[in-house]
Amino acid sequence: MKILFSFFAVIALILSAYTGVKIANLQFLFGVVIPYIAIAIFILGFIYRVLKWGSSPVPFCIPTTCGQQESLPWIKQNKIENPSSTAGVVIRMALEVLIFRSLFKNLKTQLKNGKLVYGEAKWLWLAGLAFHWSFLIIFVRHFRLFLQDTPFFIKTIAGLDSFLQVGVPLLYMTDVVLLGAVTYLFLRRVFIPQVKYISLAADYFPLFLIFGIAASGVLMRYFYKVHIVGVKELAMGLVSLNPVIPQGIGVIFYIHLFLVCILLAYFPLSKLMHMGGVFLSPTRNMVNNSRMVRHINPWNYPVHVHTYEEYENDFRGKMKKAGIPVEKE
Amino acid sequence: MATKFTAKPDELSKIDYKPPKKGWMDTPAEFKEHTFCWGAKGKNLNVVEFPNARDWSPAEEDWKLPENWQEIVLEGIKDRLGKYRSFKLFMDICVRCGACADKCHFFIGGGDPKNMPVIRAELLRSVYRKYFTASGKMFGKIAGARELTLDVLKELWYYYYQCTECRRCSVFCPYGIDQAEITMVGRELMNLLGLNIDWIAGPVANCYMKGNHLGLEPHTITSSMEFFLDDIETITGIKIKPTFNRKGAEILFVTPSGDLFADPGTYTAMGYLMLFHELGLDYTWSTYASEGGNFGLFTSNEMAKRLNAKIYAEAKRLGVKWIIGGECGHMWRVINQYMDTWNGPADFLEEPVSPITGTKFENAKSTKMVHIAEFTADLIKNGKLKLDPSRNNHLKVTWHDSCNTARGMGILDEPRYVLRNVCNYFYEMPEDTIREKTFCCGSGTGLNASENMDLRMRGGFPRANAVKYVRDNYGVNMLANICAIDRATLKALMEYWVPDVQVAGLHELVGNALVMTGEKERTQDLRLEPLPGKEAAE
Repeated sequence: MKILFSFFAVIALILSAYTGVKIANLQFLFGVVIPYIAIAIFILGFIYRVLKWGSSPVPFCIPTTCGQQESLPWIKQNKIENPSSTAGVVIRMALEVLIFRSLFKNLKTQLKNGKLVYGEAKWLWLAGLAFHWSFLIIFVRHFRLFLQDTPFFIKTIAGLDSFLQVGVPLLYMTDVVLLGAVTYLFLRRVFIPQVKYISLAADYFPLFLIFGIAASGVLMRYFYKVHIVGVKELAMGLVSLNPVIPQGIGVIFYIHLFLVCILLAYFPLSKLMHMGGVFLSPTRNMVNNSRMVRHINPWNYPVHVHTYEEYENDFRGKMKKAGIPVEKE
Repeated sequence: MATKFTAKPDELSKIDYKPPKKGWMDTPAEFKEHTFCWGAKGKNLNVVEFPNARDWSPAEEDWKLPENWQEIVLEGIKDRLGKYRSFKLFMDICVRCGACADKCHFFIGGGDPKNMPVIRAELLRSVYRKYFTASGKMFGKIAGARELTLDVLKELWYYYYQCTECRRCSVFCPYGIDQAEITMVGRELMNLLGLNIDWIAGPVANCYMKGNHLGLEPHTITSSMEFFLDDIETITGIKIKPTFNRKGAEILFVTPSGDLFADPGTYTAMGYLMLFHELGLDYTWSTYASEGGNFGLFTSNEMAKRLNAKIYAEAKRLGVKWIIGGECGHMWRVINQYMDTWNGPADFLEEPVSPITGTKFENAKSTKMVHIAEFTADLIKNGKLKLDPSRNNHLKVTWHDSCNTARGMGILDEPRYVLRNVCNYFYEMPEDTIREKTFCCGSGTGLNASENMDLRMRGGFPRANAVKYVRDNYGVNMLANICAIDRATLKALMEYWVPDVQVAGLHELVGNALVMTGEKERTQDLRLEPLPGKEAAE
């Protein structure tokens, strides 16, 4: 149900772009208006979400410590997994964001003849890493469409990405990797019973959407060739705020663009915001030094306590009898 | 009211991990016998002025909730979204990758899919989405949102008292989402409706009025201490005279009251007494600040702060220079991550310096509170203790890292260093079950009651299984730790799963090995059992 809903939602999106451009000739709507709206929602929504998180304070110093604390000088501290300095936190966060270190630690717990065994479980990490990095590289590669002259580093990335020198036009490895990784991430949600149990429509939808984006991109690069000069003209028009609709680009491009727009607009409303959220996660981005430096809670307020005086009043007789010193005789 | 828990280990260890066909939103919680604790008694909630104080039972249909309970919960969620970035963020950014799923001891030991941390969080997230997000308001169930009905409330209660806030899931989460943070908020919400469990509410009320969870009154503390002192005299020939509430002592010592109450914690307390006596330490116990642990932490942030306030208040009243804290798990999460923020700055204390070695405890320069394992490790490193580890030769020891000290502090190698110096046989459990990946005893966060044994034995199954491994491979017969709840709960867990393994605090083993000035030839360990090779002398 959740899977079908998400699947047909993406199909409906594709069809609406197809009919909108092919039948209703709404090139300007799909090529200019919707992209602008989507980019605006993405940027403003992203900022709004991050600011909203940021508006809630971090009242306590709560890093998840994953190694030895800073202690006596002769005890070796794990300065990354249990950082007591900002440098340690920076490295911890960098490893988290760049190579998904926590996910790398993943284990598979199995019960075999009454014994629990913990095995390696790197597929999720590998697929996640492949997915995010290939997505990033593809994203960066697209900048050649938005810049008059393609910068050197984009050329380098594109060159490396196609170094296998297969096919015409040259096959980008990241295209294959992205499609493969998305497929894996989808299949594990279908075939691993626990993962299927926890999955929501909001988990399938972005996978279908991204698959649709990647597939339409691949189709238009390798199979239904679109008018690439026209595409660049349109892209340049968008960034220079002088939108134009060149003729004869091909409907597959509009489908691709429309799905990207949906992704952008959906992004701030969804779990995809983990991209911004991971940087704010207090269990990862805090220094474990709360015994050395007092952490301040901005909403700390005085509380009602049972004072020593009240305690002694309750027990003075018993205390004296037991030879415990008291304040008032 | 209840039947006795009789399930045998081999029945309990048959675990089905396959989730049901029907989705979790469509399956209301089934309150299974021996998996939940009794409801808080009205009198205990009244002591700390908590709302909706009345006697109630989770097993009954009517929970005696206030008319506007739904409004109270939603208001409570809103309030906490504004107070805790962690809570707000963790409601939003989970991608349900499932990495946490098989990391929770309750899921591993029980197979209930709602004990996968991701679902436990989703139980509350679904409510959050319905009332606090646009997509949830608009699209409802397909957006993973659902209404806060009475069934949902009961489900939240049931599963938020099946989480020990151990943080193991957060180690593996790619965004560090910490179910402990979410459970803490969930339990605060329950407390707005008077839905605590009595095993927490009772100790909280005790601690508030009498200074400790067990409700030991001042004269009871001194008299129970007399028993330990007599035993120590029997074992060593030395009569120790500790002081209580003494003004002008250099150091205040605070430990969980469990150490004063039941074995094997009491042997740990004997170890502290012997160590401090041998050092000639100028220290005092307090009957007012007689609790290191903090069941308030399992209730609400405010309650935890109210209970914790006693420690600094007493240090100030007595005019000590700094504080040593005993062996306890969640106590040290509180001291490391909360105490100074709540009740500091402790500017009336001095930065802790060991009077024996001169070592400055730089890592505690703001809280002014040193963990006893840090203190003792420093003594041993500086050669200040005469130790005879062969007195522990009858013990093949393994080390249990407690959740809170491992994942909320990181005190891992100090106790191991002490352990290696006080006993000759030490074997680690498998690496995926220790240090930051350690498993909970299954009974933390106030779930160490007697009416929820099914839950406890299941929750402790992964821990017990790792102990069984070292018992079978190395003949381990002693599970050492630095946590009072562990000493109380692992004993029952071992009796159930690995019957021939006993449980000890670190300083019990220190006490055994410690060669004291003027002691007689020892023939017994702190449990009054014959030392190896001294059986004939008995």
